[in-house]
Amino acid sequence: MTNSKETSHADIDESISAKQEMSGLQAITRSQPFWVAMAILVMAAVMSQVSDVFMTERNMFNITRNFAFFGIMALGMSAVIVTAGIDLSVGSLMGLTGVVTGLVMQQGYSIGLGFAACMGTAAIVGFINGWLIAYLRMAPFVVTLGMLAIARSIGMVISNNKMIYEFGPDQDLFEWIGGESVVGVPNPVWVMMILTVVFWWVYRYTTWGRWVFAVGGNQNAAKMAGIPVEQVIVSVYVLCSLCAGLAAFLLVGWFGSVTNALGVTYELNVIAATVIGGANLMGGVAYAFGAPIGAALMELIRNSLLLAGIDALWQQFFVGLFLILAVLLEQIRNREKS
Amino acid sequence: MTLLSLNQVTKNFGAIHALLGVDLEINAGEAVGLMGDNGAGKSTLMKIIAGNFPPSSGNMHLDGEDVHFTKPMDAREKGIEIVYQDLALCDNLTAAANVFLGRELHRRIGPIKYLDHEAMNERAAELFAELKSETRPRDLVRQMSGGQRQAVAIARTRLSEPKLVLMDEPTAAISVRQVAEVLDLIHRLKEANHAVVLVSHRMPDVFSVCDRVAVLRRGSKVADRPIGDTSPEEITGLIIGAIETA
Ligand SMILES: Nc1ncnc2c1ncn2[C@@H]1O[C@H](COP(=O)(O)OP(=O)(O)OP(=O)(O)O)[C@@H](O)[C@H]1O
Ligand SMILES: [Mg+2]
Repeated sequence: MTNSKETSHADIDESISAKQEMSGLQAITRSQPFWVAMAILVMAAVMSQVSDVFMTERNMFNITRNFAFFGIMALGMSAVIVTAGIDLSVGSLMGLTGVVTGLVMQQGYSIGLGFAACMGTAAIVGFINGWLIAYLRMAPFVVTLGMLAIARSIGMVISNNKMIYEFGPDQDLFEWIGGESVVGVPNPVWVMMILTVVFWWVYRYTTWGRWVFAVGGNQNAAKMAGIPVEQVIVSVYVLCSLCAGLAAFLLVGWFGSVTNALGVTYELNVIAATVIGGANLMGGVAYAFGAPIGAALMELIRNSLLLAGIDALWQQFFVGLFLILAVLLEQIRNREKS
Repeated sequence: MTLLSLNQVTKNFGAIHALLGVDLEINAGEAVGLMGDNGAGKSTLMKIIAGNFPPSSGNMHLDGEDVHFTKPMDAREKGIEIVYQDLALCDNLTAAANVFLGRELHRRIGPIKYLDHEAMNERAAELFAELKSETRPRDLVRQMSGGQRQAVAIARTRLSEPKLVLMDEPTAAISVRQVAEVLDLIHRLKEANHAVVLVSHRMPDVFSVCDRVAVLRRGSKVADRPIGDTSPEEITGLIIGAIETA
């Protein structure tokens, strides 16, 4: 009696663990970032045949650096989208934080202070977005659309619509951080790679990460389980804004100048990258690795068109096409599941 | 010994009077069936006890002490667990993640604290086995059957040693075999001196595990009888209003 019970238990355990291993591998191959990564490899393979320039170190350097800024922002956006939110203000926020950084450093303050001002501004904007959305229950689309206009406008006012290209005593360091590389990899790419791993770990191994996904899956259930839903929502908007601020800090360092027009329409590319990377706008689903992969695909499209001699004006067409295809694929897969 | 007593609990949702001056006592080690027609106010009463919202008026005593819950955590900390009628699960998370939602297990390396997936999966598997449910801890709730989802919601109440377990139609979507397991669980809870409130439309379930049955009709308690002093026919009459009060 006891014996048979034990064996049956062992059987069940075994069948359970067998299933898990299967689903572990399946989970990866079924995820959207995996397929987008495959698409990237295919495109890269084709391009390396078609174009001599594509695989050169110079071109790789450019591609990776170009998408690093979007990748960093897409990471933050992924946290917002998991909660079924959206942040349209990230492009304008880049302009604002870039100008703030420039103004502070132009005054002769240190890069540390410039960075603090940049991130502080970002945190304030994110906090306002998140607070309005979480506590006043306003629609994320409306709040951040309003912030898109407000942040851009403040950027214009405080910069007096002028370009800033002098960054005080730490100018060299500032331009090195954004524009140079370490062991052949551009610094912004290092930042993106490290952040991606951090996001992956945080999503998978922290209570906060778990709660962000719970809020996106079923806000009511999360609330009833004792999760501080409002605080979680505020935190994702702050995080998203901080990523935009960080991207602006790096981008301005690379350009060596900043105007209040920095980041115009970037929000669209960032959202597209996040969605192509597997984030579901209905909430509850996103992948840390999806953000840089989505951003990489978009940059690859741009680069390929350029090298293939196709008018760059076509870029947005293909980005849009991939975005719609990505969402369509996701829907088809979901229909199959249910 | 009285564990929980409700005194003239009333709840209005705007112009809707969901509960009208309900008195109810629940003793340790006792299972109370709560029955009533759709919209009678059963879930509303459960949610007030579980701290989802405060009553419009009236008060609650737990272990003789006046309690005011403003959020579900308050009730949980006092040893009240609930299985919600809609189960309140996150479809995008795994079964184990749902079981441990809001009270995740951690491990620590130096200053770094991280989720202990292994421990949570193992414990969840044990709980599912206890419920004789073929629910795998690592499966997403989205892909689960109604019965598996119910097992997840019930397993949640087993994490702590609660004084009182509220079950709002826990047997609504499950197979005969699993119903037996849930009823068995209620028996075991009683033996361990926990109290249970079982909301159900299924007369046989209530009559097989409950010591007492209370009937709500349009927000008022119209009966509260030891199970031995009543019959399914009488309770049916009370629910539909053929019998005024008892
Ligand atoms: N959050 C709410 N806002 C407004 N009205 C509500 C709310 N919750 C419940 N009600 C109303 O209160 C009344 C009682 O609802 P309740 O859910 O408690 O009924 P019930 O007895 O659980 O019914 P069922 O058997 O269908 O689950 C209903 O008229 C319902 O419409
Ligand atoms: Mg109900």
